[in-house]
Amino acid sequence: MWMTDLPPFVPFFIAALLALITRGRVRNLIVLATPVLGGLHLWLDVSPNIVTTVSILEYELILMRADRLSLLFGYIFHIAAFIAAIFALHVRDTTQTVSGLLYAGSALGAIFAGDLITLFIFWELMAISSVFLVWARHSERAIRSGMRYLVMQVSSGMLLLAGALLHYDQTGSLAFDFIGLQGIGSWLIFLAFGIKCAFPLLHSWLIDAYPEATPTGTVFLSVFTTKTAVYALARGYPGTELLVYIGAVMTCFPIFYAVIENDLRRVLAYSLINQLGFMVCGIGIGTALALNGTVAHAFSHILYKALLFMSMGAVLYRAGTIKASDLGGLYKSMPKTAALCIVGACSISAFPLFSGFVSKSMIMAAMIEEGYDYLWLVLLFASAGVLHHAGIKVPYFAFFTHDSGIRTQEAPLNMLIAMSIAAALCIFIGLQPLYLYALLPWEVEYWPYEMTHVLSQMQLLFFAALAFVWLNKIGLHPPETHAVNIDADWLYRKLMPDTARSVYGFLKQTGHRIEDTFDSTLKDAAKSMISTRLGRFNLAASWPTGSMAFWLAVILGLFLLADAMN
Amino acid sequence: MNQPDQKQHLFDNPRNVSLVIRSLYIVCILLFLLDFILDRHVTNEWDGTRGFYALFGLIAYIIIVLAAIQWRKLVERKEDYYDVDD
Repeated sequence: MWMTDLPPFVPFFIAALLALITRGRVRNLIVLATPVLGGLHLWLDVSPNIVTTVSILEYELILMRADRLSLLFGYIFHIAAFIAAIFALHVRDTTQTVSGLLYAGSALGAIFAGDLITLFIFWELMAISSVFLVWARHSERAIRSGMRYLVMQVSSGMLLLAGALLHYDQTGSLAFDFIGLQGIGSWLIFLAFGIKCAFPLLHSWLIDAYPEATPTGTVFLSVFTTKTAVYALARGYPGTELLVYIGAVMTCFPIFYAVIENDLRRVLAYSLINQLGFMVCGIGIGTALALNGTVAHAFSHILYKALLFMSMGAVLYRAGTIKASDLGGLYKSMPKTAALCIVGACSISAFPLFSGFVSKSMIMAAMIEEGYDYLWLVLLFASAGVLHHAGIKVPYFAFFTHDSGIRTQEAPLNMLIAMSIAAALCIFIGLQPLYLYALLPWEVEYWPYEMTHVLSQMQLLFFAALAFVWLNKIGLHPPETHAVNIDADWLYRKLMPDTARSVYGFLKQTGHRIEDTFDSTLKDAAKSMISTRLGRFNLAASWPTGSMAFWLAVILGLFLLADAMN
Repeated sequence: MNQPDQKQHLFDNPRNVSLVIRSLYIVCILLFLLDFILDRHVTNEWDGTRGFYALFGLIAYIIIVLAAIQWRKLVERKEDYYDVDD
């Protein structure tokens, strides 16, 4: 179709430029055609082992390195960009359209980057282009939140650059292949990836900014940044055991926040970290089955997470709020959105016949194979948590529970189409996993629909649902309330500003005190000076600046004169 | 946006709600019994025990909710917590 070696980010960047100067239908056509044509280009023209380079001065940037790993991420990014574009088709905001295209393009640039400098360039472009999707909300909260997001994202880039240079110093190579944890450079790169992958304590930008973005912007955000980080970790650090433990923590801690969080898009943001945890575990295990599981899970996760964010975006768009405490009974006015949301909920909960089931189980199986029995229990525990917050809480509180009295319209047609495509893909992958498995980077035999596995998963999920019904009946289920829950962002949103303020206040006060002490001492000294005999001379007067300068000039002049004469 | 709504919806009728809940009970009982009928293959030291997954799901869910209630006491703040400076 196009030149074989055309890097996949190029069409998106050109489209962003065109979107800047077009309006209406022409622009819609550009926005929709770009991911379709780009995706077809990737599917038809680009085969593994294609490398495109460009030389700048002495340095050779590898703009495209296609192999089965990067290609699979390339495919799903195109599909997601297409779905998100349809979902945002009603938006008449040039900023959002352009930044959406640039963001998707940058993510593709990062995925296909063959060296660390190219990766760094796209890593930072992703940060800068995506923040406008948060700022486009135009609220004070969104602008502040976006600023915090930008600081974290750009820091990640800085760490990546510093790490890449140190890594080069150590190994003499900037190639973006297996890096492994050896030497300070590789640790810095690991940390850079860790920020974007929302490692524990580095995760707060995600739960801070994603729920503040526009209803359509969050869909874009949920797809690209974190999954690019998953790809980067899978490329650079497969088999790094530390990742298994990091991943296990990531699957668990968000579920407690998700239970008590009121903002349903923030619940989904926590759930996003939980899902990333499964992928990070898979990377840490590092066997072919585990890595295939990670990639497959990233693929299906992008679709159902986008679907869930779209359904909540539609609710926010129509009902004007996304607080669980204010919602309820929306299935009466938005039945289609409710049904589509339930498909996403079933997929993320990994019900058999839905996409999450066929991908997550590969990671779980790999854990058992490699002897991580206790961590497997942790992940099983986290799976019950997923059912709680994403499987039950999100659809239940938005569309069912007590009737909030909100009566609105069904989501706009473009939103319904986008959600339907995502839902159809979720079910298709669940029913026909072989098509996804055939695309996976490594050759492994795996089949999820085995009787024992299906039965055990059904038991886990249905009995967890039973617990929900029971807790609800006896009134133990925590009510949704208007509140915020402090998380790691408390460090820089509260502790650091408050500490800075009190330190500043203390220093200011101390400064005043010192000033006062000096002033009074000096005044006393001056007084006693005047009262002595010397006080009668002119130079002892208390306005010495002018005369002092004069006499200094005289003395200096004399010195110069003396010097010149010598 | 808020017009009076006279239409009877699916779950306005309590019979439909209890139908859903009862079906859940039945499915749970069936799934639990299947564990004793079907010959399942064991992958690790725990899941050979009959009813392991069912009990695990039930207990895990309850632990998650109860722990989250305690967690809430620790981390919950007023909604404008970050908007006001002390």
